[in-house]
Amino acid sequence: MKNDNWPLWEVFTQKRFGAPFEHAGNVHAPDKELALMNARDVYSRRNEATCIWVVPSDAITSSTPEDMGPFFEPSNDKIYRHPNFYKTPGASFE
Amino acid sequence: MLSTTEQELEKKFQERIDKGESIEAKDWMPERYRKQLIRMMGQHAHSEVVGMLPEGNWITRAPSLRRKCVLLAKVQDEAGHGLYIYSGTETLGISREQMLDELLAGKAKYSSIFNYPTLSWADIGAIGWLVDGAAIVNQTVLAKGSYGPYARAMVRICKEENFHHKQGYEILATLMKGTPEQRAMAQDSINRWWWPALMMFGPSDKDSPNSAELLRWKVKRYSNDELRQRFIDRTVPQAENIGLTLPDPDLKWNEERQHYEFGTINWNEFYEVINGNGICNKDRLKARRKAHEEGAWVREAANAYARKKSGETIAA
Repeated sequence: MKNDNWPLWEVFTQKRFGAPFEHAGNVHAPDKELALMNARDVYSRRNEATCIWVVPSDAITSSTPEDMGPFFEPSNDKIYRHPNFYKTPGASFE
Repeated sequence: MLSTTEQELEKKFQERIDKGESIEAKDWMPERYRKQLIRMMGQHAHSEVVGMLPEGNWITRAPSLRRKCVLLAKVQDEAGHGLYIYSGTETLGISREQMLDELLAGKAKYSSIFNYPTLSWADIGAIGWLVDGAAIVNQTVLAKGSYGPYARAMVRICKEENFHHKQGYEILATLMKGTPEQRAMAQDSINRWWWPALMMFGPSDKDSPNSAELLRWKVKRYSNDELRQRFIDRTVPQAENIGLTLPDPDLKWNEERQHYEFGTINWNEFYEVINGNGICNKDRLKARRKAHEEGAWVREAANAYARKKSGETIAA
């Protein structure tokens, strides 16, 4: 078996507890355990992560940059979703 | 179907670059942009990987446990840097396997600096201080380049590179405070590494065939000569601080230009090394191939384990 063509895993790291997971990059590995170890060695040699996720790259579905306009269009005309749409003096909790 | 022609796409592409937008893997890009980036990023990744060899040479002979731990960590960082950049390059549609095959077959280039031998412990200092110092100057601007995955890899690398630079400078500073033999060792090392370090920035702009295009695409942000000058200006005072003499009789401060002037670089030597005739070209590839072959059993074992585990999952 040709062994250099290991599957690709996307790596997400959490910088501190409670923080969101962010995409850090990817690694090649034959299985999820080694993917985690490789991810640790490549993306957290200086305690950059408190937790790491690895996800097979082909399990990720992405919107495409070409369709960006129409894909995100539904939110373009909904300015009433933002609080500054409302003119209500004195009603702020801040 | 859009009726947009290739030319229009290219015009739009250039407009995005001019606006300072970042190009991502799935965006349309001119074939040449893709090819140039694969070439540059591939060479860069290979340099990180081959760059482990001259330093690896001294891991077992480091003068103290502290130095040994530091060198091990630095060499591991270089492996990591290689991986970041290979990852970034793969987004352009070339496989890691193909890049490694090209390296092992001797078809891919890597930085000429790594074809020089590390003859003394002081060379580990010189590599950190000069070679990683030059790399910082280069990579800090590559981190603002137009291709997102490459730029992001550079940001990550730059953060780690400062440690490499400082540990090298510390080695030399320590030697320069030592015995006359230790000072001579440090000076000899700088005599050998100074000029090859200056060559790392590549040929002078007038002889650099790809520069104009790469600048227009913001793959490069400054010319080779500008970056070389920046490196020299930063490095000369550091040499003076610890009493090292840079081996260039023409080196002097130009008050009017606010830059150091320096002597002529021996570009024949550069092209000889690039074309395979450096001192260590053959050794480096031999060592790389040996490491790859001797690591085969690890890769096979990892595969066998993965197969076994997936079999268990299916059975369960």
